[in-house]
Amino acid sequence: MEWETVIGLEVHAQLATKSKIFSGASTAYGAAPNTQACAIDLGLPGVLPVLNREAVRMAVKFGLAIGAEISPRSVFARKNYFYPDLPKGYQISQYELPVVGLGKLEIELEDGETKTIGITRAHLEEDAGKSLHEDFHGMSGIDLNRAGTPLLEIVSEPDMRSAKEAVAYLKKLHALVRYLEICDGNMQEGSFRCDANVSVRRKGTEKFGTRAEIKNINSFRFVERAINYEVERQIDILEGGGAVVQETRLYDPDKGETRSMRSKEEANDYRYFPDPDLLPLEIDAGFIEGVRGTLPELPDEKKHRFMTHYGLSAYDAGVLTASREMGDYYEAVVKACGGHAKLAANWVMGELSAALNKDNKEITESPVSAAALGQMLERIEDNTISGKIAKDVFEAMWNGEGSADQVIEKKGLKQITDTGAIEAIIDKVMADNPGQLEQYRSGKDKLFGFFVGQVMKATGGKANPGQVNDLLKKKLQ
Amino acid sequence: MSLSHDDVRKIAHLARLAVSDADVDAYARSLSSILDFVEQMEAVKTDHVAPMAHPQDTAQRLRDDVVSEADQRERFQSIAPAVEAGLYLVPKVIE
Repeated sequence: MEWETVIGLEVHAQLATKSKIFSGASTAYGAAPNTQACAIDLGLPGVLPVLNREAVRMAVKFGLAIGAEISPRSVFARKNYFYPDLPKGYQISQYELPVVGLGKLEIELEDGETKTIGITRAHLEEDAGKSLHEDFHGMSGIDLNRAGTPLLEIVSEPDMRSAKEAVAYLKKLHALVRYLEICDGNMQEGSFRCDANVSVRRKGTEKFGTRAEIKNINSFRFVERAINYEVERQIDILEGGGAVVQETRLYDPDKGETRSMRSKEEANDYRYFPDPDLLPLEIDAGFIEGVRGTLPELPDEKKHRFMTHYGLSAYDAGVLTASREMGDYYEAVVKACGGHAKLAANWVMGELSAALNKDNKEITESPVSAAALGQMLERIEDNTISGKIAKDVFEAMWNGEGSADQVIEKKGLKQITDTGAIEAIIDKVMADNPGQLEQYRSGKDKLFGFFVGQVMKATGGKANPGQVNDLLKKKLQ
Repeated sequence: MSLSHDDVRKIAHLARLAVSDADVDAYARSLSSILDFVEQMEAVKTDHVAPMAHPQDTAQRLRDDVVSEADQRERFQSIAPAVEAGLYLVPKVIE
């Protein structure tokens, strides 16, 4: 039996405001417990929420970036449930009239194809606090610093057909909110969280299967694993003649499995109704146009510009525009090296990315600045150093040993381009290896590589490889 | 419209209200009569009236994104039943 997976994602992006969505308490991460929870966040009697303009602006910015309609009038509703990290007994959210309507996001698949994923809606709401369940002699500890932090909940259509597509969508969304500077995207700190609605159906059928909602998947890797586990679980149930239960399941990253969180009897009944404390939110054309004026170049626009302007492949352009910082760094390198776009792309995606990965650093923390890398690439282009030696120069620069020119000077890495000097070395190598020379001359062409190697070794890798090849060919004949 | 005893128990549970079995019948009748009262409004034709989200026909005012609240944890926690290490303590919510 062939099964088809159907996935829809709900992403909660914490908006990067300074103060909370309905109060003037700080949203800074990492403060001592409850020092950033004011009377409004605690739900004390008599307080009233007042909406943060910046949160609205950020929601509108997102809406414009996904080509969605911005509701001229949207409404805040109370979502009622009891949990200690939600002191009011309800979360202020949006239900029937969200601020951002239907939009879309294009994702790139592994085979190079693109696919459009619909975004049903995005709405503003407040975050809850945090519960700590350990170490309080049978009680739970509650930290309400996070309560009231503005969230944009972004709900996709059930348009994804595999865990890989879900990850591609999530990564694209992650890059987008960071391009827009509306969310820092920090998944460890919970600034960007994802729930997945997963179901399976027989291939060829129209009707969706019963879905399970998976919570707590806070890394790209976990999203893929959690979905794949869940798909297998549902297929096993269905092939065994059973039925999937609609429920909320929690992903356990240690065990690599999902488990039931709430039983059906406890099914939530949120009893949404318009919050009488908040008037409808009206967004006029002037406000929208003001926000539109602040939109940066978006990832897809940047990618296409990189392809046409720098002549990069779709793949390279995609990698180099995966984040705004990466794109900025790359362009600065190109500028600094005199426009050698392909060489710059190879180095940023190759040596630089590998070094960043190894030291677990972000590109913004790179010890080698874009200008410094660009200068080094210029030294490859003007034949001061070979591409191979450049790797050693780069490593020295990475370790703080100075600029490219300083490293080349200090370590004597300047390429040998003096024909006479190279010829002298070749003569010596030939004299030292009469056996190989004999074999080469009697037709063993493969030994050419051996001679190149010997010459490079004798020059400490500093001879210009192109010159060595040419001169060797002549001499060996 | 009449509410069953089960409806009353469910509503009470969702609101975390303790309603004794003896009181369920009385609540069912009073709540049903409230619904009956509201139901009278169904007679009004509202086809051409845009739904309102708030009785006041005006829009939400927005505030600037400025941190204006100082830390008052000690004051707030002085009236809490139990606190420890800056946290509010509550009966354990998960097993």
